[in-house]
Amino acid sequence: MLFQPAIIALLLADGLSLLLLVPAGLFAIRILRRWDLQSGSAQQIRLEEHTYLVTTGLALVFIAQILTLLLFVFTTDHLAVQFVGAMCAVGTLNANAWGFSALLLRMGLFLLAGTWLVMNYIDSRAYDYPLIRVKYALVLLIVPLALAAAGAQLAFFTGLDADVITSCCGSLFSAGEPAVTADLAGLPPLPAMGTFYTVLGLTILAGAWYALRGRGALLFAGLSAIAFPVSIAAVIAFISLYVYEHPHHHCPFCLLKSEYGYLGYGLYLPLFTATTLAVGLGITSAFAKAASVRAVLAGVAPRLAWTATLLFTLFMLQAIWFTWRSNLILLGE
Amino acid sequence: MHWFAKQRYLIDYTVAAMLRRRAKNVGLLAVYTTIVFLLASVMLYSNALKQEASVLLKEAPELVVQRMVAGRHDLIPADYLEPLRGIRGVRRLEGRLWGYFYDSTVNANYTFMVPPERDIDPGSIVIGDAIARARGSETGDVLAFRGAGETLYPFRVAEVLPHESAIVAADLVLLSEADFRGFFGIPPGKFTDITLTVANPKEVRTVAEKVVSALPDTRPILREEMQRTYASLFDWREGMVLVLLAGALLAFAILAWEKASGLSADERREIGILKAVGWGTGDVLKMKLWEGGLLSMLAFLLGFTLAYWHVFGTSAALLAPALKGWAVLYPNFELTPAVDGLQLTSLFVITVFPYTASTLVPVWRAAVTHPDVVMR
Repeated sequence: MLFQPAIIALLLADGLSLLLLVPAGLFAIRILRRWDLQSGSAQQIRLEEHTYLVTTGLALVFIAQILTLLLFVFTTDHLAVQFVGAMCAVGTLNANAWGFSALLLRMGLFLLAGTWLVMNYIDSRAYDYPLIRVKYALVLLIVPLALAAAGAQLAFFTGLDADVITSCCGSLFSAGEPAVTADLAGLPPLPAMGTFYTVLGLTILAGAWYALRGRGALLFAGLSAIAFPVSIAAVIAFISLYVYEHPHHHCPFCLLKSEYGYLGYGLYLPLFTATTLAVGLGITSAFAKAASVRAVLAGVAPRLAWTATLLFTLFMLQAIWFTWRSNLILLGE
Repeated sequence: MHWFAKQRYLIDYTVAAMLRRRAKNVGLLAVYTTIVFLLASVMLYSNALKQEASVLLKEAPELVVQRMVAGRHDLIPADYLEPLRGIRGVRRLEGRLWGYFYDSTVNANYTFMVPPERDIDPGSIVIGDAIARARGSETGDVLAFRGAGETLYPFRVAEVLPHESAIVAADLVLLSEADFRGFFGIPPGKFTDITLTVANPKEVRTVAEKVVSALPDTRPILREEMQRTYASLFDWREGMVLVLLAGALLAFAILAWEKASGLSADERREIGILKAVGWGTGDVLKMKLWEGGLLSMLAFLLGFTLAYWHVFGTSAALLAPALKGWAVLYPNFELTPAVDGLQLTSLFVITVFPYTASTLVPVWRAAVTHPDVVMR
């Protein structure tokens, strides 16, 4: 276990989040079983009052989740100096079996938390809690995921041991021990490029269509859900190569470093935000049966959809720009 | 635009309400600022020390080879240089002479060293500024130390090293090779250790393995390992202090809870009136969250600024004994200011998140108050 302020912050954030999430999960079960807006019973009024507390708590936790994902990546990158052979976050994450599962769970949590926030934003604008059941069903999905993410993260951090000089052993401690692997393999560039531009182009078209016509929310959400992994794969397969101008450096984390002008933030923040908005909109509109929520959606959906579409476009334009100005030639002249 | 305007009115109202209850809010702000100040000081200070250590180690040789006898560090014979010379990738190879000397007149340890890149006349020494201070000597004075065989060796001080290099040179004594060997009684043909400069950083580990197989009774120490060890040492100290401060953080969370739930009769009436004139539960909740948010921002900025001044302006007067390590001749040095996003984000998560979480329930309780209950 490494004692590091950032690790302490992450563990503290997870502990506090669970402290708020687990009761929220129990409350969600009560909502799903007892919620009846028509009833004027004392119990229903209590439930309505409590939704304010739980909603605010969940919003706080989910905003914190977005922050802690960033902090997690930051921290693993920063810890790389402590391990033989690790150059950036990939090395640290590979230092034990839990690293990448913790990251993937955190990313999943980020997307679900964002979706919930979008849904909550729309639900709270309608007067009759139209999405309350869906919202709390989603909470029931998030709670186990958060538990798993917190567990994986705890296992990851407690399992980390820095390779430091110990006075007891008189010879080079690290000789003979395998170094941490710090490489990620990428897909071949040409098919990766083709898939990436096709999928992202279609997603952008679907987003614009939905924003203009108010139809095809599910298509947009589905395409975004595909565009997200495809874009990450594209970063690994070719975008990073063009940025580093090196045919074998596939790392998606080094982009976040100052050596490369923090380009990664410009790529990942739009991508994550756009995907979350699109998926949140899709799920919300799929469950939007009541008239009240339809009215709200008609008002806010175009704005959110345009935002998501523009962010996807921004991501694609950056990919094109990095390829254009790079000195690296990946595909033969 | 509508959304922003609404938030602006809420903030306006909140600030006015907070100013009306100045005493309560100033007390909370003071405690909150102190917490941020303490945590931020610890983080800034240990980070600056880490920075300092890594800058120093950048200049160090890639590899140091020490000879081990019975598990202890021993003098290394000069013929050990030969087999090392043949290792591919080694650019430069050097036998070093250095050691420690305990000066009983000032109860301090000095580092004696033969500088590789400058010649010092036999009979004279160059000393660090902490030694000059401790012994009250200047350039031209004569300092005598009791060397090997109880002989008194007088040295003329040729130069006092400038204060700027204090962090490495405070306790340093530079002297000529002949004087060093005579003073400590080290026979010719022996060195303290051997340093290797390796051109390609990726080859360092391979070179180290070759050193061990060529000279099995030696221990190679990599610069990378030293950097890691220092980094984790400072991390560990920092982490320990933060864990000790966890009690303070918990006490603060309890205080925040208390303050937020102890609504005065005035506040209750205020919320009642707000609801009676048409504010919803959500609006009161937002107002109360803004209150916490503004307080957090203010405390965070104040605490962090104070910590910055404490660490880089006063060289962390309050924390230095716990984090710096100790020595009789400790160097006086100015830290280079360094702040990074990782620290800021960690600090934010450690302070603001617990505060907000602990005020959540009391704030909600205030917000769901029925107007008729409080105005009755």
